Amino acid sequence: MLCSICKEKPATVHLAQIVGEKMQKLDLCDDCAKAKGVNDTAGFSLADLMLGLGAAQEIEQAAGGVELKCSRCGFTQADFKKSGRLGCPECYKTFSEGLSSLLKTMHKGTRHVGKGPEKLRAATQNADRMRVLQKKLEKAIESENFEEAAHLRDEIRQLTERTTAPRNLTR
Amino acid sequence: MSALDSFLSPPAETAQRHGPHDRIVMSSRVRLARNLKDAAFPGWAKKTERVKILDTIRPAVEGLPEMKDSFSEAMDNLGVLDRQILVERHLISREHAAKSAGSGLVLNREETFSVMINEEDHLRMQALRPGLQLKQAWAAIDQFDSTLEKKLDYAFDSELGYLTACPTNLGTGIRVSAMLHLPGLVLGEQINPIIQSVNRLGLAVRGLYGEGTEALGNVFQVSNQMTLGETESMIVERLEKVLAQIIEHEENARQTLLEKKPKTVYNHIGRAYGILANAHSISSKETMNLLSLLRLGVDLGLFPGAERALVDELFLITQPAHLQKQFSDKLSAEERDLVRADMVRERLKNVPRPVVKPRPPNTSN
Repeated sequence: MLCSICKEKPATVHLAQIVGEKMQKLDLCDDCAKAKGVNDTAGFSLADLMLGLGAAQEIEQAAGGVELKCSRCGFTQADFKKSGRLGCPECYKTFSEGLSSLLKTMHKGTRHVGKGPEKLRAATQNADRMRVLQKKLEKAIESENFEEAAHLRDEIRQLTERTTAPRNLTR
Repeated sequence: MSALDSFLSPPAETAQRHGPHDRIVMSSRVRLARNLKDAAFPGWAKKTERVKILDTIRPAVEGLPEMKDSFSEAMDNLGVLDRQILVERHLISREHAAKSAGSGLVLNREETFSVMINEEDHLRMQALRPGLQLKQAWAAIDQFDSTLEKKLDYAFDSELGYLTACPTNLGTGIRVSAMLHLPGLVLGEQINPIIQSVNRLGLAVRGLYGEGTEALGNVFQVSNQMTLGETESMIVERLEKVLAQIIEHEENARQTLLEKKPKTVYNHIGRAYGILANAHSISSKETMNLLSLLRLGVDLGLFPGAERALVDELFLITQPAHLQKQFSDKLSAEERDLVRADMVRERLKNVPRPVVKPRPPNTSN
């Protein structure tokens, strides 16, 4: 078995870390193990090491041999392989396929459940409300309930003004 | 004296900061990673873009009520020594200390909020508290972040949460950590199994200065690794539970050592005192390791009259940059070892040698 980092020397150090119910495995040669500080239990964490190895391979496979490149910032999968970091927020969309299985091994879940920006939440709520109003309006027009329709149209207009006037919200 | 020197609290004062369980938990920290929506991450952005990002974020941070009286500076305006001082005080990361044009720091007067701009992410904001105060630190940085988000457009995805340069920080972008002094577990040779079981819970254990550093002076940092799929409060609570366990293990280890191997404990602490109080040349690494034993001695009541604050102050002022700051001429490493030893000897002049604790009558048999 060859070392998963240099892919040249035979692997002599075999690591496994269990996170939750998932097991992560890594095989390294002596030199790479030393270089990555595997012997230093205080500073070593397998997750850090997996990054940039597993991730880059995942992305490569997901792309099917074609080199992916972020249209927003020009970051490529080769760059990711080198640094283990992404180029810009848009890269998460560009490399999403390869990243998703990596995120599974790295984190507790794949869906964010923590806090979010208040103004985005307000925007989503407004968007939801808008959809409801528009549906109601369609129904009102269909059933020729024009009084109701006029009322709904005013409400939609107010909501539009409220969400666009103070700040330009893009989401 | 630099502007930073006059801003920072003197080490004698910082050593007096107290918090719950500070016998073992030296400090608590919660940091959040955030990025601007329409910009490349710092590691990939060109210098002009980084400068633009800094110019957008810095005034927004400076304008927060928490940062009313703050130190705000571009990293390229800070000298090497000033940056090292900030690292030794755990106010910035080693990575941030190496940054140049386009990176910045905003730090409040109480040194309870430190914001790194263009470190690995556009924003790394942290709340710092003495002792075990993770919940308080989280509440503080949560509010800080909520105020700041009104002024900045963060990169946020409803599925993935806050988008970060490294996928390991994705989601909440939170890192909750505590700095622990664990001489009992190290002396009792229980530290490795503890580290392993903490690792198994998905938490990281690192050395004194974070990622990839040695556990000098028996100081360890414990922090969460996973940031996606759990709420911030769940992460804080899990860490609190684990810390409560570690504290208990450390207290037990100290007790057991005193009961089962009192001679070993007295020997270690007595020798540490002997060297520190009499050496004429001492490295910073040796100083830290011996000061750790001195701190243990104070905790165990072997130095009646001596305060832990004295040890904590020495811990800080004997570090290379802090030591260098006290001298106008540039010192070589060898010269630093000499002046360090002089300083420690002087500070310990009035601390009598450790006593041997009589065993409590009810437990001796």
